[in-house]
Amino acid sequence: MNELLLLILEKAGFAVILFSAIMGLASYATLAERRIASWMQDRIGPNRAGPWGLLQPAADGIKFFLKEEMIPANVHKIFYIIAPGIAAIPPILLTAAIPWGNKIILFGREISLQMIDVNAGLLFVFAFASIGIYGVMLGGWASNNKFSLMGSLRASSQVISYELAQGTAVVGVLLLAGTLSLREIVEQQDTFAKWYIWRQPIGFFIFFVASLAECARMPFDLPESENELVGGYHTEYSSMKFGLFQVSEYIHMIVASSLMATLYLGGWQVPFMTVSAQPTLFESLLGVGAIVTKTLLFIFVFMWLRWTLPRFRYDQLMRLGWKVLLEGAFIWVIITAILVLAWPFYTTWF
Amino acid sequence: MAIEVIKNKWKMSLGERLYITPIWAGMRVTLRHLFMKKSTIPYPEQKVEVSPRWRGRHVLKRNELGQERCVGCQMCELACPADAIYIEAAEVPAEKRHEHPTERYAKVYDIDMLRCIFCGMCEEACPEAAIFLTPYYEFVDDTREKLIYNKEMLTEKTGGPIWYKE
Ligand code: SF4
Ligand code: SF4
Repeated sequence: MNELLLLILEKAGFAVILFSAIMGLASYATLAERRIASWMQDRIGPNRAGPWGLLQPAADGIKFFLKEEMIPANVHKIFYIIAPGIAAIPPILLTAAIPWGNKIILFGREISLQMIDVNAGLLFVFAFASIGIYGVMLGGWASNNKFSLMGSLRASSQVISYELAQGTAVVGVLLLAGTLSLREIVEQQDTFAKWYIWRQPIGFFIFFVASLAECARMPFDLPESENELVGGYHTEYSSMKFGLFQVSEYIHMIVASSLMATLYLGGWQVPFMTVSAQPTLFESLLGVGAIVTKTLLFIFVFMWLRWTLPRFRYDQLMRLGWKVLLEGAFIWVIITAILVLAWPFYTTWF
Repeated sequence: MAIEVIKNKWKMSLGERLYITPIWAGMRVTLRHLFMKKSTIPYPEQKVEVSPRWRGRHVLKRNELGQERCVGCQMCELACPADAIYIEAAEVPAEKRHEHPTERYAKVYDIDMLRCIFCGMCEEACPEAAIFLTPYYEFVDDTREKLIYNKEMLTEKTGGPIWYKE
């Protein structure tokens, strides 16, 4: 009984920390995006709120809450109101399945730094990632606006197309790892050379491109392409509801980045450091630092791409998804399967 | 004349069609700009250097004796394409005679900074070399009335050379 209570406390504490960390990271990602955008455009960027503009996310948050909240007359009220929540909650829940570190030994208790170690972790992740799109769909449809509807149509067809490629590309990792559990996948990449990116370069590339499309990031941000669709699916949203859509986009980005770090870059594994069975606090925190660094790296690449590339045209987007990435992913999976069967070194790898 | 037919003008190489190399080239450019010197400046703390010939806020000059140069001839008012100047001319009262070179002066001299287009025509028109535009460019206030600058605000406090120097 006592054991159960401790477990609940531990999980609750971890949940609170994780939630605030993710929210903090997401809000600072907005600041980072604006700073990086301005630096890449030779501007200085927001630097007024607090030292170096570090209080900008707080200022934005207050602004979102204080702005007038408008609900247009002919919207479908219920769906209109719940849509931002539906968009934001699944990505937040998803972070629970990501292993944010090995384990921490505190007060003689082993605390796993993964909220829930689902044995079909990868399926869980994909399932929840695709629920997030319902928020966008509902929001666009309930807004009763043609631009919103177009945006949400685009979002849903885009996500479906790229999810296929993404899901297929990840099969390569599954063939090598032989498990769906994210924890075990990370544990198998215990040396630098064993990171799956070295054995799955094309799979990684396809997964990366598909993730960009999944998060509706720049070359693929057609759901909210502001020069054709005003604001896409969130045209009719104001104040905090709009803020929630915005935050959900950034959380989505964090999730996609951490997932890529987990699957291909060894998650919390620090390069050239072997994991001990009983890690000290320092080692565990170093691991957390490792996955956070890898995640931030991917987020930076996402932003870097955003401020470099122009947007695809919609038919190009569909062609790339269905004719290039999906095919490529299938071929890559077949190649991986052949390699796994015919080349024993490929599975053991150094 | 031989006509050269350019075939396959838009044909791209395999590398270009794969997008990878052009994307990388673009990303190199943006990465370089990430670390480059920024062209914008944090404005109120740091101001841009403007040319000494910049046409900004007007000044009504005084002559070497400290007298107001302006004689209220209204040439500037006439020349102003934006109708920004309003002048009421009057005869100089006897006790103020030492403050003016002639017996006529501008009793009221208002320039509406919201109407002014800073063309410098007033400066051109003035026969007395009384009005000049200065490089001062910060006109900020919270009402329209406050942006109508009157004679007291425009006239410089002491006499000096004709050309504006900072
Ligand atoms: S600068 Fe041009 S617009 Fe302004 S007051 Fe002089 S003449 Fe008029
Ligand atoms: S500023 Fe010059 S042109 Fe204008 S009224 Fe005075 S003397 Fe005449």
